[in-house]
Amino acid sequence: MIATSSSWHTVSPGPRSGSVAPPAEIDASCRVAVMVLLACAAAWLVVASGFGLIASLKFHAPNLLADSPWFTYGRVQPAQVNALIYGFAAQAGLGIALWMIARLGRTLLVQPGYIVVGALLWNVGVKLGVFGILIGDTTGYEWLEMPGYASPILFAAYAIIGIPALLTFHHRREPTLYVSQWFLLAALFWFPWIYSTANLLLVFFPVRGVLQAVVDWWYVNNLNQIWLGFIGLAAIFYFLPKLTARPLYSNYLAILAFSTLALFGGWGGIHSGAPVPAWMPSLSTVFTVLTAIPLIAITINLNRTFTGAIAKLKESLPLKFVVFGAVAYLLAGALAIVSTFPQFSQITHFTLFTPARTQLFLYGFFAMTMFGAIYHVVPLLIQNEWPSARLVRAHFALAMLGLAFYVGSLSVGGILQGLALNDPQVPFAGALNRPLVCFRVGTLGDLLMTAGNVCLALNLAWLLARCCRACCVPAIMAAVKPQMAEAAR
Amino acid sequence: MNHGPLIFLGVFFALALSWFGLVFESQLQLGNAQPTTNLVNAAQLYPQMRPGQARQGLDVYRSLGCAACHSQQIGQTGRTYDVALTDAGTNRSAVVDTLLKVKPDATAIEAQRLLEKPPATILKDVTRAAADAAVAKFEPTGAKVEVRVIPTGPDIARGWGKRRSVAEDFLFDQPAMLGSQRVGPDLADVGSRLPDANLHSLHLYDPQIVVSKSVMPPYRFLFEKRKIGREPSPDALKLAGKFAPEQGCEIVPTDEARQLVAYLLSLRADTAIFETPMTVARANVSTNAPAATNAPAAQTTNSVAK
Repeated sequence: MIATSSSWHTVSPGPRSGSVAPPAEIDASCRVAVMVLLACAAAWLVVASGFGLIASLKFHAPNLLADSPWFTYGRVQPAQVNALIYGFAAQAGLGIALWMIARLGRTLLVQPGYIVVGALLWNVGVKLGVFGILIGDTTGYEWLEMPGYASPILFAAYAIIGIPALLTFHHRREPTLYVSQWFLLAALFWFPWIYSTANLLLVFFPVRGVLQAVVDWWYVNNLNQIWLGFIGLAAIFYFLPKLTARPLYSNYLAILAFSTLALFGGWGGIHSGAPVPAWMPSLSTVFTVLTAIPLIAITINLNRTFTGAIAKLKESLPLKFVVFGAVAYLLAGALAIVSTFPQFSQITHFTLFTPARTQLFLYGFFAMTMFGAIYHVVPLLIQNEWPSARLVRAHFALAMLGLAFYVGSLSVGGILQGLALNDPQVPFAGALNRPLVCFRVGTLGDLLMTAGNVCLALNLAWLLARCCRACCVPAIMAAVKPQMAEAAR
Repeated sequence: MNHGPLIFLGVFFALALSWFGLVFESQLQLGNAQPTTNLVNAAQLYPQMRPGQARQGLDVYRSLGCAACHSQQIGQTGRTYDVALTDAGTNRSAVVDTLLKVKPDATAIEAQRLLEKPPATILKDVTRAAADAAVAKFEPTGAKVEVRVIPTGPDIARGWGKRRSVAEDFLFDQPAMLGSQRVGPDLADVGSRLPDANLHSLHLYDPQIVVSKSVMPPYRFLFEKRKIGREPSPDALKLAGKFAPEQGCEIVPTDEARQLVAYLLSLRADTAIFETPMTVARANVSTNAPAATNAPAAQTTNSVAK
């Protein structure tokens, strides 16, 4: 039953399309594993927001929590980033990826039990890592701060989750591959490669001097562009057509975007003033500019798919999140291209413009897309509606406003800060104090996003509690009642 | 026909290209980097390993996450040249004549004065061509003249450093913490910019003692408050006003604070090396050295004295 080899994007380890699994059964097979991942992700999201708020407040009151080394800015800020990336983003991404792989392959999830074990182990690793950062065992490399005793646990946990994911892909019943599967497969393979490279070359057998910074920049950029970027794009390419009930405009444009991103996406991240041989930032700049090609391809494709479906935005809350995520992806990509030019990065590189850009990508694109996916998938998995649609709407409004405040104020403030830093007449203290008002507005954004995240966590907890009551309480009652009756007698 | 493995390999190689390019290739180039020659003091190599206490201080810096706010990379946007007279030689009247030609707005008395205390800067902030032309004019007089390379850029004008940061500066650091934010000032050269250990201790104890509006958090937990013994400790911080502890107590730095200060003082990126020469020797001007050395030296031999 191999597709007649006409379409080159058909990969065929002998799918047996005779026995396609019905969607309800697929969802049932995913239920426990994906829910464990998503629930833990939501919990880490709230934890990360808490750390983020503390870090943000330190700009207002440097004396806040200053007598505790655990909560000094240099530890809270990496703790926030790590909780967000490895706690929330990785788990939400993996959960949604597993479900998409099963659904797109029309097959049951393989070995969900192992995935649950892997997810729990992953959480142990993240907890240990964040704790290690807070007690001062950080490695000192950005986005890879988790100490050497936590990262092998994460790697093992990833393998335990990733192998069933690949087996599920292998056992797919649907012969034609959709572009989301391309993205997911590449992301699943690439993460262990970059994570092991970075840990081996930085933590266990450190390379010399400035090479450490080069490896770290490469890792961070690949983590963003290939791992988070590909999983987020897979979700956008899956959910946008699905929720608008329109076919994807062009499969070939999507494949073009995929292959050019795979080629060009991994090179960015080395800024032009870095104290490294000049060919490195130059290559980085050239390839970042080349990512304009996939960016344009994605824009055309999504735009053509979406045109005429604007009315659907009112009907579907998950769609709102996903569309927001797509727009943020394109914006963040355009900003990345602009920022790679030396003339621009000379002004913005060391300023708060950079965190603004990171937040736009991480929260505006990745987290929002995942929120949309979570709001769509969880009811299917649990076979229960969200307890409060109002909380979902509140989440969207708060997240959108918060992000606008945060990114808007920090980019304006960052540019002001950069202009001041580039003018030696302005004393250093002034360079930060002049745009300080912007950074304080940024804290307001942090606060709104945190409130939004709490909405998600509350809604999810409520839903789980209700399900628990619905299925566990009768079971317990049934077990307890005869004994009580006996006791009464 | 099964294209699956082929496509998989293709995608894998596409992704791995960035690994080959940025991780593998850079390792080939810099993986075995060795200390280079210090151009001012040629007997010494650069960089030197940091002293033991400073190496421990690097761990304190890492552990507290100082790099979240402080970068360690001086940027340089351009360079300009000064011409300096290092030795007037014997033919003084010829030198004065040339000086007046090179520097038309100077009077003869000023020119005489310049000759008296070499080294004296003759031309400031000129292009490379103008500097070379001036040197060529002095050639027949027997005076020794050198062209100094002056790095420029906002970071250098701010006094954060004397030259751009280069890969060598980080050779022995583990981890190398270049930082990506300038919430606080750049620290690449803080040891030569602010060489006072007491100032650093006070600043760590409470930054607002030194900079009244600083947003840097205080690191009081790096210090110990204790009762004054028979006599005050010589290491105790000299605090006044609202920062002073209560009567009979003193604030003493812990080992960690001392290590951190030692590390800060060891941050000195001011040595002239091959990538960042401080002087230019004019090649092929009547020197009897063979002209054809390696490529960069044809333009700038990085030797200090001519």
